[in-house]
Amino acid sequence: MRVVVCIKQVPDTTNVKINPETNTLIRDGVVSITNPFDMYAIEEGVRIKEKLGASLTVLTMGPPQAEAVLREAISMGADEGVLLSDRAFAGSDTWATSYTLAAAIRKMSDVGLVICGKQASDGDTAQVGPGIATHLDMPQITYVRKIDELTTDHVVAERLLDEGSEVIRSPLPCMLTVVKELNTPRLPSLRGKMAAKKAQIVVWGAKDLDCESAKLGLEGSPTKVVKIFSPPARGGGQMLAGEPADVVKQLVEKLRDVVIATAG
Amino acid sequence: MSNEPIKVSAEECVGCGLCVKKCPFQAIVLKDRLAVIDLTKCTLCGACAEACKFDAIEIKEKKAADASVMAEHKDVWVFAEQYEGRINSVTYELLGKGRELADTLGMKLCAVLLGSGVKDKAADLIARGADIVYMVDRPELAYFQDEAYAATLIELVKRHKPNIFLCGATTLGRSLVSRVAVTAHVGLTADCTGLDIDPATKNLLQTRPAFGGNIMAMIISPNSRPQMATVRHKVMKEAVPNPARTGQVLVETVADAILKTRAARIRFEPEAGTKVNIADADIIVAAGRGIQKSENFAIIKELADTLGAAVGASRAAVDAEWIPYSHQVGQTGKTVCPKIYFACGISGQIQHLAGMSSSEIIIAINKDPDAPIFKAATYGIVGDLFVVVPLLTAEFKKILKR
Repeated sequence: MRVVVCIKQVPDTTNVKINPETNTLIRDGVVSITNPFDMYAIEEGVRIKEKLGASLTVLTMGPPQAEAVLREAISMGADEGVLLSDRAFAGSDTWATSYTLAAAIRKMSDVGLVICGKQASDGDTAQVGPGIATHLDMPQITYVRKIDELTTDHVVAERLLDEGSEVIRSPLPCMLTVVKELNTPRLPSLRGKMAAKKAQIVVWGAKDLDCESAKLGLEGSPTKVVKIFSPPARGGGQMLAGEPADVVKQLVEKLRDVVIATAG
Repeated sequence: MSNEPIKVSAEECVGCGLCVKKCPFQAIVLKDRLAVIDLTKCTLCGACAEACKFDAIEIKEKKAADASVMAEHKDVWVFAEQYEGRINSVTYELLGKGRELADTLGMKLCAVLLGSGVKDKAADLIARGADIVYMVDRPELAYFQDEAYAATLIELVKRHKPNIFLCGATTLGRSLVSRVAVTAHVGLTADCTGLDIDPATKNLLQTRPAFGGNIMAMIISPNSRPQMATVRHKVMKEAVPNPARTGQVLVETVADAILKTRAARIRFEPEAGTKVNIADADIIVAAGRGIQKSENFAIIKELADTLGAAVGASRAAVDAEWIPYSHQVGQTGKTVCPKIYFACGISGQIQHLAGMSSSEIIIAINKDPDAPIFKAATYGIVGDLFVVVPLLTAEFKKILKR
C-alpha cells in the first residue's frame, strides 16, 4: 500500500505584513517552512510506513524551490518526493489546486491513504483536503486526532468535531486531514538527512498528468482575488493601573454592559 | 493566443517600474527596461495591470460565462447547521446577512435544512428571515455525515440553482462545502468576514483574512454560480426573530443512493466537562503558561462559569497537558472571534494572536509589562493572574447576581 501525504510550503508564519505606503506584502527576511499542520501528516505517514511496511510518497505543488519541503519530509522518513511545478499551474485557487493534486495521485499506484494537514497557515481555507477526496471520489475523515485501526482495506479514526469526538470507519482508499493532537513530529535522523540530500525529486508538469488544461491554474480557478489590503488597525489599547482591587473594578465597569448582554 | 496567463508587451512597456512597486507579491523585476513577471510568485491579482499607465500588461481573460446559465441561478441560500435538532447560532447570523444580500439583489432568501425529525425547526428559520425552507428529513441525515450531506446539497443545488450559497465556517461547514463546490465546479471562499454585492456587476464581494489575519483579501467568483462562501462565526449580526413572518416549507425528496455513505460513524462521544465550546462562545477566558499547572485552571473555569464563557488555552498550556487540545486557540488550534477574550498569563506569541486578534474586546492580564499580548489588548492589566482573576470572578458575580 502507498500512503500519499500532501504538503505545502508556506511563509514562516504570520510575520507577513503589508507595507501601508505601497500596499504590498513585506516578505523581507521571511523564511519558508513546511505548513505546521502538514508536519503531523508527515509524521503519521512515517509511523504507518514503519508499522505496515507501506511506502510513503510526499506530494507538493509550487515553484521549484518548494522541493525543500519534500526533502525535509524525506529526512523524516518519507520514501519519495513529487513536486508539481509548471507555469500552467500558476494562479490556482483551491479548486484547481485540489484538481491538480488529485490528478497526480491518480497517476500513482496502490494508493490506500491520502493524508493532508487540516489547513495551511497562509490561506487557512481547509478546502484542499476535502477537494482532493471529491476529485478522487474518496470518502474522507477530517480533523483526525487518532488512528485506532489501519489495515490494507479499512481505517478506523477518531476525529475532533465542535461538540465532541467521533469514531469513523471507512474503507480504503480514504482521505484524512489531521490535527495537532495526532502525534509529535520527529526530528530528522542523521541518516534521514543524508537520504534527503541525495534524493531525486520527481518533478511533474501539466504534460505528465492526465488532466484538462482548462481546469488548471488561472483558467480552472473559479475564484479571483480582486485586491489585498491591511486589516483595519486596532484602536490603541488602554492600560489599567492601580491596586488590583481598583483595577478589577475599573475593568468590570467597562465590561459591564457587554457582559450583562451576553451572560445575563 | 499565448498560453501565458499574464504577459508584458515589449512594445508598450517603457520600464517605468510602477508595476514592480505595486506588485503585492514581489513577482516583477525590471530587466533591460522591461517588466518581467515571475509566474511562480504571481497570483494574477491584477494590481500591476491596474497600475500600468501604458496598458502593457495583459492578463488572459477567462472565458466569459454563459450569461443565460448565470441568469438561471436565483436566490440566496443559507445552510442551516443543526446539532441534535438545535440550530447553530451561526445559521441566524447567515440569515441576517443573507437577508441583506437577497434584498439588495431582489432575490429570495432560502434556508436548507437537513436532518431527521427537524420539521419543527423550519418555522424558526422563517421567523429569522427565510422566504423558503428546503427541507430533507431523513434518518440517514440525523447527524453530519460528510458524503451524504454533501451529495444531498449537490442534488438540491442542481435542482434549484441558487445564486449565492452561504455556510458557517464551522468544523462541520469546512468539511462539507468543499465537496459541494468541487463537484459543482464553482468558486468557494473560506472563512469570510465581510460580504457585499458589487453594485455594477452584482457579484458577491467576499472579504477574508489570510496569513493569520495579517492581510485581508477581497475575492469574487465572477463566472460560476452559485457563489459559495463559508462565513466566520460571530462576525455577522444574528437576524432578530419575527414570529409573524411567513414563508414556504418545501419538503425535498432525494434518492436513497444519494444518502449512501462509505465513511460511517461507529460512535460519538460528546466533549466532557465543557459546557461551552470555544468556536461559538461569546466570551472566552483563556490561560497560558502563566497558569503553571493543570489544577490552577480551576480559577479560570470559575470565571468562565460565572460569565457563561468557554475556557481557552494557549499552545504552551496544551503542550504541557494542562488542558485538552480542543481548547487550544491559535495557529495550530482554533481561530475564535468572541465579544470578549480574556488572555490570562498568555504572553501573546504571534501564533496565538493569529487565532484571537479579531475578538471584539481583548483583556490581557500578565505579570510581564513587556508581554506582546498588551499590544493586541483593548484593556491591559499588569499583575498576578492568581490575584486578578478571582477578584474578577467575585465582581462579576456581584453584577450578575450569581
